[in-house]
Amino acid sequence: MRLSNHPILTFRRGEKISFFFNGQPLEAYLGETIAASLHAAGIYHLSDSAEKHRARGFFCAIGQCSSCMMLVNGRPNVKTCTTLVKPGMVVESQQGKGQLPLWNNGK
Amino acid sequence: MEQREIVVIGGGPAGLSAALQAAHSGARVTIIEGEKRLGGQLIKQTHMFFGSHKQHAGTRGIDIATLLENELRALPNVEIILGATVLGYYYEDGALTIEDHEAFRLMIPKRLIVASGASEKFLAFPNNDLPGVYGAGAVQTLMNVYGVKPAQRVLMIGAGNIGLIVSYQLLQAGVEVAAVLEAAPQISGYLVHASKILRLGVPILTRHSIKEALGKHTVEGAIIHRLDDRWQPVPHSEQQITCDTICLAVGLSPLCDLLWQAGCAMQYIAELGGYVALRDEGMQTSVPGIYVAGDAAGVEEASAAMVEGSLAGLSAALSLGYNSPADEELTAELRQQLDDLRAGPGGAKIRSGLEKLHPTADNPKEVT
Ligand SMILES: Cc1cc2nc3c(=O)[nH]c(=O)nc-3n(C[C@H](O)[C@H](O)[C@H](O)COP(=O)(O)OP(=O)(O)OC[C@H]3O[C@@H](n4cnc5c(N)ncnc54)[C@H](O)[C@@H]3O)c2cc1C
Ligand code: FES
Repeated sequence: MRLSNHPILTFRRGEKISFFFNGQPLEAYLGETIAASLHAAGIYHLSDSAEKHRARGFFCAIGQCSSCMMLVNGRPNVKTCTTLVKPGMVVESQQGKGQLPLWNNGK
Repeated sequence: MEQREIVVIGGGPAGLSAALQAAHSGARVTIIEGEKRLGGQLIKQTHMFFGSHKQHAGTRGIDIATLLENELRALPNVEIILGATVLGYYYEDGALTIEDHEAFRLMIPKRLIVASGASEKFLAFPNNDLPGVYGAGAVQTLMNVYGVKPAQRVLMIGAGNIGLIVSYQLLQAGVEVAAVLEAAPQISGYLVHASKILRLGVPILTRHSIKEALGKHTVEGAIIHRLDDRWQPVPHSEQQITCDTICLAVGLSPLCDLLWQAGCAMQYIAELGGYVALRDEGMQTSVPGIYVAGDAAGVEEASAAMVEGSLAGLSAALSLGYNSPADEELTAELRQQLDDLRAGPGGAKIRSGLEKLHPTADNPKEVT
Protein backbone atom coordinates (compact mmCIF):
# COMPACT_ATOMS: atom_id res chain seq x y z
CA MET A 1 0.00 0.00 0.00
CA ARG A 2 1.20 3.49 -0.80
CA LEU A 3 0.68 6.53 1.41
CA SER A 4 -1.35 9.33 -0.12
CA ASN A 5 -2.34 11.63 2.74
CA HIS A 6 0.60 12.41 4.97
CA PRO A 7 0.56 15.27 7.51
CA ILE A 8 4.05 16.45 6.52
CA LEU A 9 5.22 14.87 3.30
CA THR A 10 3.97 15.06 -0.24
CA PHE A 11 5.16 12.29 -2.49
CA ARG A 12 6.01 13.08 -6.09
CA ARG A 13 5.77 9.75 -7.84
CA GLY A 14 7.15 9.03 -11.25
CA GLU A 15 5.26 7.50 -14.15
CA LYS A 16 3.24 4.36 -13.46
CA ILE A 17 4.86 1.29 -14.99
CA SER A 18 4.60 -2.47 -14.71
CA PHE A 19 7.17 -5.14 -13.99
CA PHE A 20 7.14 -8.85 -13.20
CA PHE A 21 7.58 -10.67 -9.91
CA ASN A 22 7.88 -14.44 -10.34
CA GLY A 23 5.93 -14.12 -13.56
CA GLN A 24 3.13 -12.04 -12.07
CA PRO A 25 2.70 -8.48 -13.44
CA LEU A 26 2.79 -5.76 -10.77
CA GLU A 27 2.39 -1.98 -10.83
CA ALA A 28 5.11 0.37 -9.70
CA TYR A 29 6.16 3.98 -10.07
CA LEU A 30 9.42 5.14 -11.61
CA GLY A 31 11.79 6.33 -8.91
CA GLU A 32 10.92 3.47 -6.54
CA THR A 33 13.37 0.73 -5.70
CA ILE A 34 12.36 -2.83 -6.55
CA ALA A 35 12.02 -3.67 -2.84
CA ALA A 36 9.79 -0.63 -2.23
CA SER A 37 7.51 -1.56 -5.15
CA LEU A 38 7.27 -5.15 -3.94
CA HIS A 39 6.54 -4.04 -0.39
CA ALA A 40 3.79 -1.73 -1.65
CA ALA A 41 2.30 -4.74 -3.45
CA GLY A 42 2.30 -6.71 -0.19
CA ILE A 43 5.28 -8.90 -1.09
CA TYR A 44 7.69 -9.22 1.83
CA HIS A 45 9.19 -12.66 1.25
CA LEU A 46 11.74 -11.88 -1.47
CA SER A 47 14.06 -14.90 -1.71
CA ASP A 48 15.20 -17.94 0.25
CA SER A 49 18.49 -18.32 2.05
CA ALA A 50 21.07 -20.43 0.25
CA GLU A 51 21.63 -23.13 2.86
CA LYS A 52 18.68 -23.44 5.22
CA HIS A 53 16.14 -22.14 2.67
CA ARG A 54 14.67 -19.68 5.11
CA ALA A 55 12.54 -16.79 3.96
CA ARG A 56 14.44 -13.58 3.26
CA GLY A 57 13.12 -10.03 3.13
CA PHE A 58 14.93 -6.73 3.19
CA PHE A 59 16.45 -5.46 6.43
CA CYS A 60 18.40 -2.22 6.09
CA ALA A 61 16.91 -0.81 2.86
CA ILE A 62 20.12 1.12 2.17
CA GLY A 63 22.35 -1.45 0.53
CA GLN A 64 24.38 -2.44 3.57
CA CYS A 65 23.21 -5.91 4.59
CA SER A 66 22.55 -7.99 1.43
CA SER A 67 19.31 -9.43 2.87
CA CYS A 68 17.25 -8.28 -0.13
CA MET A 69 19.10 -9.94 -3.00
CA MET A 70 17.06 -11.33 -5.89
CA LEU A 71 17.39 -12.34 -9.52
CA VAL A 72 16.81 -9.31 -11.72
CA ASN A 73 16.61 -9.81 -15.48
CA GLY A 74 18.38 -13.11 -14.90
CA ARG A 75 21.21 -11.59 -12.93
CA PRO A 76 21.65 -13.01 -9.40
CA ASN A 77 22.50 -11.22 -6.14
CA VAL A 78 21.03 -7.86 -7.10
CA LYS A 79 20.34 -5.67 -4.06
CA THR A 80 16.71 -4.81 -4.69
CA CYS A 81 16.59 -2.18 -1.95
CA THR A 82 18.87 0.13 -3.91
CA THR A 83 18.11 -0.93 -7.50
CA LEU A 84 15.43 1.16 -9.16
CA VAL A 85 12.47 -0.60 -10.78
CA LYS A 86 12.25 -0.31 -14.60
CA PRO A 87 9.38 -1.00 -17.01
CA GLY A 88 9.15 -4.67 -17.91
CA MET A 89 11.84 -5.70 -15.43
CA VAL A 90 11.83 -9.41 -14.61
CA VAL A 91 12.30 -9.88 -10.88
CA GLU A 92 12.47 -13.37 -9.40
CA SER A 93 13.02 -14.91 -5.99
CA GLN A 94 16.52 -16.26 -5.77
CA GLN A 95 17.21 -19.81 -4.60
CA GLY A 96 20.77 -20.67 -3.78
CA LYS A 97 23.87 -18.58 -4.17
CA GLY A 98 23.35 -17.63 -7.79
CA GLN A 99 25.88 -17.79 -10.55
CA LEU A 100 27.31 -15.08 -12.73
CA PRO A 101 26.91 -15.65 -16.46
CA LEU A 102 29.91 -17.64 -17.64
CA TRP A 103 32.64 -15.72 -19.42
CA ASN A 104 32.63 -16.38 -23.16
CA ASN A 105 29.43 -18.43 -22.72
CA GLY A 106 31.48 -21.12 -21.00
CA LYS A 107 33.35 -22.02 -24.19
CA MET B 1 44.26 6.99 -12.28
CA GLU B 2 42.25 10.13 -11.51
CA GLN B 3 43.89 12.75 -9.31
CA ARG B 4 41.87 14.88 -6.91
CA GLU B 5 42.61 17.49 -4.26
CA ILE B 6 40.12 16.67 -1.49
CA VAL B 7 37.74 13.73 -1.67
CA VAL B 8 34.85 13.51 0.78
CA ILE B 9 33.20 10.10 1.16
CA GLY B 10 29.54 10.38 2.14
CA GLY B 11 26.96 13.06 1.39
CA GLY B 12 25.24 13.21 4.78
CA PRO B 13 25.35 16.29 7.01
CA ALA B 14 29.00 15.63 7.94
CA GLY B 15 30.20 15.15 4.35
CA LEU B 16 28.16 18.07 3.02
CA SER B 17 29.54 20.40 5.69
CA ALA B 18 33.09 19.16 5.12
CA ALA B 19 32.82 19.74 1.38
CA LEU B 20 31.26 23.17 1.86
CA GLN B 21 33.93 24.34 4.26
CA ALA B 22 36.84 23.01 2.21
CA ALA B 23 35.40 24.58 -0.93
CA HIS B 24 34.83 27.91 0.83
CA SER B 25 38.49 27.79 1.86
CA GLY B 26 39.37 27.54 -1.83
CA ALA B 27 40.20 23.85 -2.24
CA ARG B 28 38.87 21.74 -5.10
CA VAL B 29 36.52 19.19 -3.59
CA THR B 30 34.95 15.97 -4.83
CA ILE B 31 32.10 14.49 -2.83
CA ILE B 32 31.15 10.85 -3.46
CA GLU B 33 27.79 9.50 -2.30
CA GLY B 34 26.53 5.96 -2.75
CA GLU B 35 22.88 6.95 -2.91
CA LYS B 36 21.32 8.76 -5.86
CA ARG B 37 20.81 11.92 -3.82
CA LEU B 38 22.67 13.90 -1.20
CA GLY B 39 21.55 14.22 2.43
CA GLY B 40 22.40 10.93 4.15
CA GLN B 41 20.12 10.19 7.08
CA LEU B 42 18.59 13.65 6.83
CA ILE B 43 16.41 12.79 3.84
CA LYS B 44 14.13 10.61 5.95
CA GLN B 45 13.83 12.95 8.90
CA THR B 46 10.55 14.77 8.84
CA HIS B 47 10.79 16.17 12.37
CA MET B 48 12.20 19.50 13.50
CA PHE B 49 15.72 19.29 14.80
CA PHE B 50 16.97 20.15 18.24
CA GLY B 51 20.20 21.91 18.91
CA SER B 52 21.20 25.48 18.32
CA HIS B 53 20.30 27.79 15.46
CA LYS B 54 23.81 27.54 14.06
CA GLN B 55 22.98 23.93 13.16
CA HIS B 56 19.50 24.77 11.83
CA ALA B 57 17.51 23.73 14.92
CA GLY B 58 13.79 24.16 14.37
CA THR B 59 14.17 23.11 10.73
CA ARG B 60 13.10 19.65 9.55
CA GLY B 61 16.01 17.32 8.81
CA ILE B 62 14.93 16.90 5.22
CA ASP B 63 14.99 20.69 4.65
CA ILE B 64 18.48 21.00 6.17
CA ALA B 65 19.71 18.55 3.53
CA THR B 66 18.25 20.73 0.76
CA LEU B 67 19.79 23.88 2.26
CA LEU B 68 23.27 22.35 2.38
CA GLU B 69 22.94 20.80 -1.06
CA ASN B 70 21.86 24.07 -2.71
CA GLU B 71 24.76 25.88 -1.11
CA LEU B 72 27.18 23.22 -2.35
CA ARG B 73 25.80 23.15 -5.90
CA ALA B 74 26.33 26.91 -6.20
CA LEU B 75 30.11 26.54 -5.79
CA PRO B 76 32.24 26.13 -8.93
CA ASN B 77 35.06 24.19 -7.22
CA VAL B 78 32.87 21.27 -6.13
CA GLU B 79 32.37 18.03 -8.04
CA ILE B 80 29.45 15.85 -6.94
CA ILE B 81 29.45 12.15 -7.78
CA LEU B 82 26.20 10.37 -6.92
CA GLY B 83 25.25 6.69 -7.02
CA ALA B 84 28.91 5.69 -6.64
CA THR B 85 30.21 3.56 -3.78
CA VAL B 86 33.75 3.76 -2.51
CA LEU B 87 34.81 0.14 -2.19
CA GLY B 88 38.30 0.32 -0.85
CA TYR B 89 41.30 2.35 0.10
CA TYR B 90 44.80 1.12 -0.77
CA TYR B 91 47.30 2.56 1.64
CA GLU B 92 50.27 1.56 -0.54
CA ASP B 93 49.52 4.37 -2.98
CA GLY B 94 46.56 6.14 -1.36
CA ALA B 95 44.13 5.09 -4.09
CA LEU B 96 40.38 4.77 -3.71
CA THR B 97 38.49 2.18 -5.69
CA ILE B 98 34.99 3.23 -6.66
CA GLU B 99 32.05 1.46 -8.27
CA ASP B 100 30.32 4.11 -10.37
CA HIS B 101 27.30 2.83 -12.34
CA GLU B 102 28.81 -0.59 -12.96
CA ALA B 103 32.17 0.86 -13.92
CA PHE B 104 35.31 0.80 -11.85
CA ARG B 105 37.18 4.01 -11.04
CA LEU B 106 40.50 4.60 -9.35
CA MET B 107 41.09 7.92 -7.69
CA ILE B 108 44.02 9.34 -5.73
CA PRO B 109 43.10 12.23 -3.47
CA LYS B 110 45.63 14.47 -1.77
CA ARG B 111 43.36 14.57 1.28
CA LEU B 112 40.53 12.22 2.22
CA ILE B 113 37.61 12.97 4.51
CA VAL B 114 35.62 9.90 5.58
CA ALA B 115 32.03 10.82 6.49
CA SER B 116 30.38 7.47 5.82
CA GLY B 117 27.92 7.56 8.72
CA ALA B 118 26.82 4.52 10.70
CA SER B 119 25.01 1.22 10.28
CA GLU B 120 22.23 -0.25 12.37
CA LYS B 121 22.97 -2.79 15.06
CA PHE B 122 21.25 -6.15 15.03
CA LEU B 123 19.78 -8.15 17.91
CA ALA B 124 19.98 -11.88 18.55
CA PHE B 125 16.66 -13.74 19.07
CA PRO B 126 15.04 -16.77 17.44
CA ASN B 127 13.50 -16.02 14.02
CA ASN B 128 15.24 -12.66 13.77
CA ASP B 129 15.80 -13.41 10.09
CA LEU B 130 12.10 -13.48 9.16
CA PRO B 131 10.92 -10.94 6.60
CA GLY B 132 9.19 -8.30 8.72
CA VAL B 133 12.12 -7.84 11.09
CA TYR B 134 13.37 -4.51 9.81
CA GLY B 135 15.85 -1.87 10.88
CA ALA B 136 14.19 1.34 12.06
CA GLY B 137 16.03 3.20 9.33
CA ALA B 138 14.64 0.84 6.71
CA VAL B 139 11.08 1.46 7.83
CA GLN B 140 11.76 5.17 7.76
CA THR B 141 13.19 4.99 4.26
CA LEU B 142 10.21 3.04 3.01
CA MET B 143 7.61 5.42 4.38
CA ASN B 144 9.32 8.80 4.21
CA VAL B 145 11.33 8.45 1.01
CA TYR B 146 9.15 6.12 -1.08
CA GLY B 147 5.75 6.80 0.51
CA VAL B 148 5.05 3.10 1.02
CA LYS B 149 3.07 2.07 4.09
CA PRO B 150 5.62 -0.12 5.85
CA ALA B 151 3.30 -2.21 8.04
CA GLN B 152 -0.10 -2.52 9.67
CA ARG B 153 1.09 -3.02 13.24
CA VAL B 154 4.64 -2.65 14.51
CA LEU B 155 6.49 -3.75 17.61
CA MET B 156 9.35 -1.30 18.17
CA ILE B 157 12.46 -2.49 20.01
CA GLY B 158 14.43 0.33 21.60
CA ALA B 159 13.32 3.60 23.20
CA GLY B 160 16.24 5.78 22.22
CA ASN B 161 15.53 8.79 20.00
CA ILE B 162 15.40 6.73 16.84
CA GLY B 163 12.88 4.23 18.26
CA LEU B 164 10.72 7.01 19.64
CA ILE B 165 10.84 9.22 16.55
CA VAL B 166 10.22 6.39 14.11
CA SER B 167 7.28 5.23 16.26
CA TYR B 168 5.77 8.69 15.99
CA GLN B 169 6.38 8.80 12.25
CA LEU B 170 4.71 5.39 11.91
CA LEU B 171 1.63 6.73 13.70
CA GLN B 172 1.65 9.73 11.34
CA ALA B 173 1.63 7.32 8.41
CA GLY B 174 -1.40 5.52 9.82
CA VAL B 175 0.47 2.49 11.17
CA GLU B 176 -0.42 1.04 14.58
CA VAL B 177 2.40 0.72 17.11
CA ALA B 178 1.70 -2.18 19.49
CA ALA B 179 4.38 -1.16 22.00
CA VAL B 180 7.90 0.18 22.34
CA LEU B 181 10.22 -2.12 24.32
CA GLU B 182 13.25 -0.89 26.18
CA ALA B 183 15.64 -3.24 28.01
CA ALA B 184 17.02 -0.47 30.25
CA PRO B 185 15.10 0.70 33.33
CA GLN B 186 14.39 4.05 31.65
CA ILE B 187 14.05 5.40 28.14
CA SER B 188 17.21 6.84 26.69
CA GLY B 189 15.61 9.19 24.15
CA TYR B 190 14.31 12.70 24.78
CA LEU B 191 11.20 12.95 26.93
CA VAL B 192 9.38 15.14 24.36
CA HIS B 193 9.51 12.34 21.81
CA ALA B 194 8.32 9.79 24.40
CA SER B 195 5.43 12.02 25.50
CA LYS B 196 4.19 12.43 21.93
CA ILE B 197 3.68 8.70 21.49
CA LEU B 198 2.48 8.05 25.06
CA ARG B 199 -0.23 10.66 24.48
CA LEU B 200 -1.33 8.70 21.42
CA GLY B 201 -1.75 5.62 23.61
CA VAL B 202 1.38 3.64 22.72
CA PRO B 203 2.80 1.83 25.77
CA ILE B 204 6.53 2.15 26.39
CA LEU B 205 7.58 -0.95 28.33
CA THR B 206 10.92 -0.45 30.08
CA ARG B 207 12.87 -3.48 31.32
CA HIS B 208 11.31 -5.48 28.51
CA SER B 209 12.80 -7.24 25.56
CA ILE B 210 11.86 -9.53 22.71
CA LYS B 211 12.16 -13.26 23.34
CA GLU B 212 11.36 -14.47 19.86
CA ALA B 213 9.63 -13.55 16.64
CA LEU B 214 6.67 -15.68 15.51
CA GLY B 215 5.72 -16.58 11.97
CA LYS B 216 6.51 -18.96 9.14
CA HIS B 217 7.38 -16.93 6.05
CA THR B 218 6.87 -13.46 7.49
CA VAL B 219 6.43 -11.99 10.97
CA GLU B 220 3.05 -12.72 12.55
CA GLY B 221 3.82 -11.72 16.11
CA ALA B 222 6.33 -11.79 18.91
CA ILE B 223 6.84 -13.10 22.41
CA ILE B 224 8.16 -10.45 24.75
CA HIS B 225 9.34 -10.77 28.33
CA ARG B 226 10.33 -8.71 31.33
CA LEU B 227 13.96 -8.31 32.47
CA ASP B 228 15.20 -8.08 36.06
CA ASP B 229 17.89 -5.79 37.52
CA ARG B 230 20.58 -8.03 36.13
CA TRP B 231 19.04 -7.89 32.62
CA GLN B 232 17.90 -11.54 32.96
CA PRO B 233 14.45 -12.64 31.76
CA VAL B 234 11.87 -12.86 34.54
CA PRO B 235 10.32 -16.37 34.48
CA HIS B 236 6.68 -16.58 33.38
CA SER B 237 6.62 -12.93 32.32
CA GLU B 238 6.07 -13.76 28.65
CA GLN B 239 3.37 -12.01 26.68
CA GLN B 240 2.34 -12.53 23.08
CA ILE B 241 2.03 -9.52 20.79
CA THR B 242 0.32 -9.59 17.41
CA CYS B 243 2.19 -7.58 14.80
CA ASP B 244 3.35 -7.89 11.19
CA THR B 245 6.59 -6.02 11.69
CA ILE B 246 9.30 -5.93 14.34
CA CYS B 247 11.37 -2.83 14.08
CA LEU B 248 14.88 -2.75 15.56
CA ALA B 249 16.13 0.55 16.92
CA VAL B 250 18.91 -0.77 19.11
CA GLY B 251 21.66 1.60 18.18
CA LEU B 252 24.12 2.32 15.44
CA SER B 253 27.79 1.62 15.00
CA PRO B 254 30.24 3.76 13.02
CA LEU B 255 30.88 2.60 9.44
CA CYS B 256 34.63 2.63 9.51
CA ASP B 257 35.77 -0.12 7.13
CA LEU B 258 37.67 2.35 4.97
CA LEU B 259 39.48 3.73 8.02
CA TRP B 260 40.55 0.22 8.99
CA GLN B 261 41.78 -0.39 5.46
CA ALA B 262 43.78 2.82 5.59
CA GLY B 263 45.50 1.61 8.74
CA CYS B 264 44.09 4.31 11.01
CA ALA B 265 44.59 3.61 14.72
CA MET B 266 41.19 2.53 16.07
CA GLN B 267 39.77 2.19 19.57
CA TYR B 268 36.62 0.47 20.86
CA ILE B 269 34.42 2.92 22.74
CA ALA B 270 30.95 1.68 23.62
CA GLU B 271 29.62 5.20 24.23
CA LEU B 272 30.50 6.14 20.64
CA GLY B 273 28.87 3.02 19.18
CA GLY B 274 31.89 0.75 18.62
CA TYR B 275 35.29 1.13 16.99
CA VAL B 276 36.25 4.69 16.16
CA ALA B 277 39.37 6.27 14.72
CA LEU B 278 41.70 8.24 16.95
CA ARG B 279 41.78 11.84 15.74
CA ASP B 280 43.30 15.20 16.59
CA GLU B 281 41.35 18.42 17.19
CA GLY B 282 41.10 19.06 13.46
CA MET B 283 39.56 15.58 12.94
CA GLN B 284 42.72 14.18 11.32
CA THR B 285 43.20 10.48 12.05
CA SER B 286 46.52 8.84 12.92
CA VAL B 287 47.17 8.53 9.18
CA PRO B 288 48.25 11.95 7.90
CA GLY B 289 45.90 13.30 5.25
CA ILE B 290 42.93 11.19 6.31
CA TYR B 291 40.16 12.90 8.24
CA VAL B 292 36.95 11.60 9.79
CA ALA B 293 33.67 13.34 10.67
CA GLY B 294 30.11 12.66 11.75
CA ASP B 295 28.66 9.32 12.82
CA ALA B 296 31.67 7.54 11.27
CA ALA B 297 33.75 9.23 13.97
CA GLY B 298 31.33 8.23 16.74
CA VAL B 299 27.54 7.95 16.68
CA GLU B 300 26.11 11.27 17.76
CA GLU B 301 23.73 13.70 16.06
CA ALA B 302 23.43 15.58 12.81
CA SER B 303 24.21 18.85 14.54
CA ALA B 304 27.59 17.60 15.80
CA ALA B 305 28.17 15.83 12.47
CA MET B 306 27.88 19.16 10.65
CA VAL B 307 30.35 20.92 12.96
CA GLU B 308 32.82 18.03 12.81
CA GLY B 309 32.48 18.09 9.03
CA SER B 310 33.27 21.80 8.89
CA LEU B 311 36.30 21.25 11.14
CA ALA B 312 37.58 18.40 8.98
CA GLY B 313 37.02 20.41 5.79
CA LEU B 314 38.80 23.40 7.25
CA SER B 315 41.83 21.48 8.47
CA ALA B 316 42.15 19.47 5.25
CA ALA B 317 42.09 22.69 3.19
CA LEU B 318 44.53 24.39 5.57
CA SER B 319 46.99 21.53 5.26
CA LEU B 320 46.98 22.09 1.49
CA GLY B 321 47.87 25.73 1.99
CA TYR B 322 44.41 27.24 1.55
CA ASN B 323 44.45 29.60 4.46
CA SER B 324 42.85 32.88 5.34
CA PRO B 325 43.33 35.25 8.30
CA ALA B 326 39.91 34.24 9.67
CA ASP B 327 40.78 30.53 10.01
CA GLU B 328 41.98 30.67 13.58
CA GLU B 329 38.84 32.38 14.75
CA LEU B 330 36.66 29.97 12.77
CA THR B 331 38.43 26.94 14.23
CA ALA B 332 37.92 28.26 17.75
CA GLU B 333 34.27 28.96 17.02
CA LEU B 334 33.65 25.47 15.63
CA ARG B 335 35.29 23.86 18.64
CA GLN B 336 33.15 26.01 20.90
CA GLN B 337 30.02 24.90 19.01
CA LEU B 338 30.96 21.26 19.57
CA ASP B 339 31.51 21.88 23.28
CA ASP B 340 28.15 23.64 23.53
CA LEU B 341 26.36 20.81 21.75
CA ARG B 342 27.91 18.28 24.09
CA ALA B 343 27.31 20.28 27.27
CA GLY B 344 24.53 19.30 29.67
CA PRO B 345 23.08 15.93 30.61
CA GLY B 346 22.21 14.99 26.99
CA GLY B 347 25.88 15.05 26.05
CA ALA B 348 27.17 13.09 29.06
CA LYS B 349 27.52 9.81 27.18
CA ILE B 350 29.41 11.39 24.28
CA ARG B 351 31.65 13.36 26.65
CA SER B 352 32.60 10.25 28.60
CA GLY B 353 33.24 8.38 25.34
CA LEU B 354 35.46 11.12 23.96
CA GLU B 355 37.40 11.32 27.22
CA LYS B 356 38.42 7.69 26.79
CA LEU B 357 39.73 8.29 23.29
CA HIS B 358 43.54 8.24 23.21
CA PRO B 359 45.25 11.21 21.60
CA THR B 360 46.55 10.32 18.11
CA ALA B 361 50.11 11.01 19.23
CA ASP B 362 49.87 8.03 21.61
CA ASN B 363 49.43 5.72 18.75
CA PRO B 364 51.68 6.78 15.93
CA LYS B 365 50.56 4.09 13.52
CA GLU B 366 51.51 6.03 10.45
CA VAL B 367 51.35 4.87 6.89
CA THR B 368 53.24 6.98 4.41
C1 LIG C 1 15.24 8.58 13.28
C2 LIG C 1 16.42 9.49 13.47
C3 LIG C 1 16.21 10.72 14.07
C4 LIG C 1 17.28 11.60 14.26
N1 LIG C 1 17.02 12.83 14.81
C5 LIG C 1 18.02 13.73 14.96
C6 LIG C 1 17.77 15.07 15.51
O1 LIG C 1 16.64 15.44 15.86
N2 LIG C 1 18.82 15.91 15.61
C7 LIG C 1 20.08 15.54 15.22
O2 LIG C 1 20.99 16.36 15.32
N3 LIG C 1 20.33 14.29 14.72
C8 LIG C 1 19.34 13.38 14.58
N4 LIG C 1 19.61 12.12 14.07
C9 LIG C 1 20.99 11.71 13.82
C10 LIG C 1 21.52 12.16 12.49
O3 LIG C 1 20.66 11.82 11.44
C11 LIG C 1 22.88 11.52 12.24
O4 LIG C 1 23.69 11.70 13.37
C12 LIG C 1 23.56 12.20 11.06
O5 LIG C 1 22.80 11.98 9.88
C13 LIG C 1 24.99 11.72 10.85
O6 LIG C 1 25.52 12.35 9.73
P1 LIG C 1 26.67 11.74 8.85
O7 LIG C 1 26.89 12.69 7.73
O8 LIG C 1 27.80 11.41 9.73
O9 LIG C 1 26.12 10.34 8.34
P2 LIG C 1 24.89 9.96 7.37
O10 LIG C 1 23.81 10.96 7.44
O11 LIG C 1 24.56 8.55 7.71
O12 LIG C 1 25.53 10.00 5.92
C14 LIG C 1 26.54 9.11 5.49
C15 LIG C 1 26.44 8.98 3.99
O13 LIG C 1 27.58 8.31 3.50
C16 LIG C 1 27.21 7.47 2.45
N5 LIG C 1 28.24 6.41 2.34
C17 LIG C 1 28.63 5.54 3.32
N6 LIG C 1 29.61 4.74 2.89
C18 LIG C 1 29.85 5.11 1.61
C19 LIG C 1 30.76 4.63 0.62
N7 LIG C 1 31.64 3.63 0.87
N8 LIG C 1 30.74 5.21 -0.61
C20 LIG C 1 29.88 6.22 -0.88
N9 LIG C 1 29.00 6.71 0.02
C21 LIG C 1 28.98 6.16 1.25
C22 LIG C 1 25.86 6.95 2.86
O14 LIG C 1 25.12 6.52 1.73
C23 LIG C 1 25.24 8.17 3.53
O15 LIG C 1 24.47 8.94 2.65
C24 LIG C 1 18.58 11.21 13.87
C25 LIG C 1 18.79 9.96 13.26
C26 LIG C 1 17.74 9.11 13.04
C27 LIG C 1 18.00 7.78 12.35
S1 FES D 1 18.08 -4.61 2.59
FE1 FES D 1 20.11 -4.43 3.25
S2 FES D 1 21.16 -4.48 1.36
FE2 FES D 1 19.13 -4.38 0.74
